Amino acid sequence: MTMPFYVAPEQVMKDRAEYAQKGIARGRSLVATVYAEGVLIVAENPSRSLHKISEIYDRIAFAGVGKYNEYDQLRVAGVRHADTKGYAFSREDVDARSLANLYAQFLGNVFTHEMKPLEVEILVAELGSGGRPDQLYHIAYEGTITDEDRFTVLGGDAESIAERVGAGWSGERDRNEAIRETVRALAGPDRKLGPGDLEVAVLSRENGRRAFRRITNGELQSVLEGTAGPAGGGGGATSRRSGSAPARGASGRDASGSGSSRG
Amino acid sequence: MPGGSELVTQARHGTTVVALRFADGVVMAGDRRATEGHVIAHRAMEKVFPADHHSAVAIAGAAGFAVEMVRLFQTQLEHYEKVEGVTLSLEGKANQLAQMVRQHLPLAMQGLPVVPLFAGYDVTRAMGRIFTYDVTGGHYEEADFQATGSGGRDARTTIKLGFREGLPRGEAVELAIEALYEAADEDSGTGGPDLVRGIYPTIAVVTADGYQELPEAEVAERFSTLIERKRAEREPVGGLTSGGEPG
Repeated sequence: MTMPFYVAPEQVMKDRAEYAQKGIARGRSLVATVYAEGVLIVAENPSRSLHKISEIYDRIAFAGVGKYNEYDQLRVAGVRHADTKGYAFSREDVDARSLANLYAQFLGNVFTHEMKPLEVEILVAELGSGGRPDQLYHIAYEGTITDEDRFTVLGGDAESIAERVGAGWSGERDRNEAIRETVRALAGPDRKLGPGDLEVAVLSRENGRRAFRRITNGELQSVLEGTAGPAGGGGGATSRRSGSAPARGASGRDASGSGSSRG
Repeated sequence: MPGGSELVTQARHGTTVVALRFADGVVMAGDRRATEGHVIAHRAMEKVFPADHHSAVAIAGAAGFAVEMVRLFQTQLEHYEKVEGVTLSLEGKANQLAQMVRQHLPLAMQGLPVVPLFAGYDVTRAMGRIFTYDVTGGHYEEADFQATGSGGRDARTTIKLGFREGLPRGEAVELAIEALYEAADEDSGTGGPDLVRGIYPTIAVVTADGYQELPEAEVAERFSTLIERKRAEREPVGGLTSGGEPG
């Protein structure tokens, strides 16, 4: 009979943390920042179909860096949690704080109990409403959760990117200005990132009930080149009734300027 | 506690909902009355809802179940869209709703049916499409228009007389309004325009731009135009002139 070697718990945790950090550092980074009309999320992602940023609920977005299959699993679980909660109770009762806590608990459990920690870092962003400010919850691979109300950076080169984002940061910027500055900070002084290298999405107060909207190819190009006009939203669809009634707002996916339903 | 049959008559019933195709998509409309037996239970009930960005669902039957079914349907469509990153095809949505109606069959056989009407803009075919349902979950695509609910028959006849292929938006809305007016005229379960309280039927339009509900002011104006016309039609032709035979 063979006896397992004794390994000190400190060493186990250190090894796991190192393993996860290495996995995350290999991936490209992501920045989330608050701007005048909401929350902007910019990720370096050359893929058009494998998203790092996605919609969870009316005012909640999700973003992840690291191993795609691992954070995508977390994303789907989050959508299911939010939709189930919104259906069982009310759409107003779905909030990012409880979702971020769930994620943190899950990541923490996996980190301490499983062989392999998840090689992910995730973000849960919420658009503020009714006097509550916009909120960014940054959750690390071991379940550490931090909340930010200005900006946060996920991924390998987080520290130097955070320095660049923080240098010119202001919560009063409009959408296009915020996109240009965030992309510059993400790229750093030696590189230039074009629309093909980026995935950009916003949670905007101008988008109606479903605040999430992606900013893709053509629109992103004109924003980066500085040729786009002032940022427009879908239109002011608001919920006419609340309580147990079915949702009546627009789906909030309309492009700038197109009509949206009467709320 | 009311007994079974009493419960059925007390559950909210009645309704007329209509859908018709036009040049850019579909128009869907529904009255606002909910009844419990012979009593009006609610005067401002909504029966037309956006299912998602490109489709609408209207309900007839037991209101409690119907509204709940719509809520679940909306949640499912949105859930699919978020998880998969793409929306379901219009036919996929129609099939999904059919499964929900079929699951409701035991209650329908106890006298509490839910019969939805589903319509939307098919993005791939670039046209409006309408699906009707029966209580068993059977669903059938309609060529041009359909109406369900207790006043459905009267509404259908009205649309049948005025329907043309490729109607412009304004005329299609007018036809839907006239259909609801005629249904309310014949059926006690269907509410007409309530001029005193300012409650008018819900009219929604689904096109390539998405689901859009007509503002109440526009619906009110169209109803008053219709009522003016109806009044004028009751005047004898040419008016009563002295010596002439009434025409």
